[in-house]
Amino acid sequence: MQNNIWIYILIMAVVTYLIRVLPLTLIRREIKNKTIRSFLFYVPYVTLAVMTFPSILEATASPWSGALALVVGIVLAWKKAGLFAVSVLACVTVFVAERFL
Amino acid sequence: MGNRSWFVKGLRDGFPICMGYFAVAFTLGIAAKNAGMTAFQAALTSLLVNASAGEFAGFTLIAAGASYLELAIMMLVANARYLLMSCALSQKLDEKTSLLHRMLIGFDLTDEIFGVSIAVPGKLKPIYTYGVILMALPGWSLGTYFGVLLGNILPAAVVSALSVGLYGMFLAIIIPPARENKVLAGIIIVSMALSYLATKTSFLQGSSSGTVIIVLTVVIAGVAAVLFPVKEEEDAE
Repeated sequence: MQNNIWIYILIMAVVTYLIRVLPLTLIRREIKNKTIRSFLFYVPYVTLAVMTFPSILEATASPWSGALALVVGIVLAWKKAGLFAVSVLACVTVFVAERFL
Repeated sequence: MGNRSWFVKGLRDGFPICMGYFAVAFTLGIAAKNAGMTAFQAALTSLLVNASAGEFAGFTLIAAGASYLELAIMMLVANARYLLMSCALSQKLDEKTSLLHRMLIGFDLTDEIFGVSIAVPGKLKPIYTYGVILMALPGWSLGTYFGVLLGNILPAAVVSALSVGLYGMFLAIIIPPARENKVLAGIIIVSMALSYLATKTSFLQGSSSGTVIIVLTVVIAGVAAVLFPVKEEEDAE
């Protein structure tokens, strides 16, 4: 089945908007349930970790440059280098590494 | 401080966000191109969605020809953190803030815009956030636009290098909090290990990559929430 790209875009926009705006407009008081709070706290970390690995190994021309970017990214992020710096230096790592591989 | 000064302060605080957005969105544009989108479609998506992980996951699913339901669930999972931010930001607004203001602020609630908005002293003036959005959002959308366009023209080596830009950003989001929180560090390691197992073994075989992300997220975050409930000061973020 060939899905329509405009419907894909609409779904992304509507679902994301509802997530962002519903608590802001409806729930005026804090969520008290500890398990729900904890679940929501962990969700972004798990999703991003799952999305990053092992996909980063397949994103680049060679899995080795991807692996090197992963290591460099983790080390820089650990040293709190900041979003922009970690992102750019991961790219630079791949570019330089692939000159030698 | 009057409305005008709050607006100007918003524009000023939005400038570094705009710069970072442009670079990161450029790599997002490459993912959009791989999903078969035009530059206009990708820029429009970025204008309407402005969520790095969410859009990246979305483009990955679109590239895989996922169903509409899969895409909707993926958006829900990938952007679930905005539920928490939206709750937190609702406490920062004056109770009298109108529905229209709440709906407009919510439109562009990103990690970065949430970060600067929650950090202003006292209650949040919606006009401040509008200043930030007006500066930052075009950077995000145009970055995506040029990512699709120039992804074709740039040499393969540069495209290969830029493809890790978003992963670098994801690491910059998840790793620093793991330094102070061993449970979180363990959860990140388990997540990566299970994700690797899911692609390399017959475990969850036959599911699309989007479904694997959803299943792993709900299961791992769910188990973690029950086993390691978060202490209040940890999720003050």
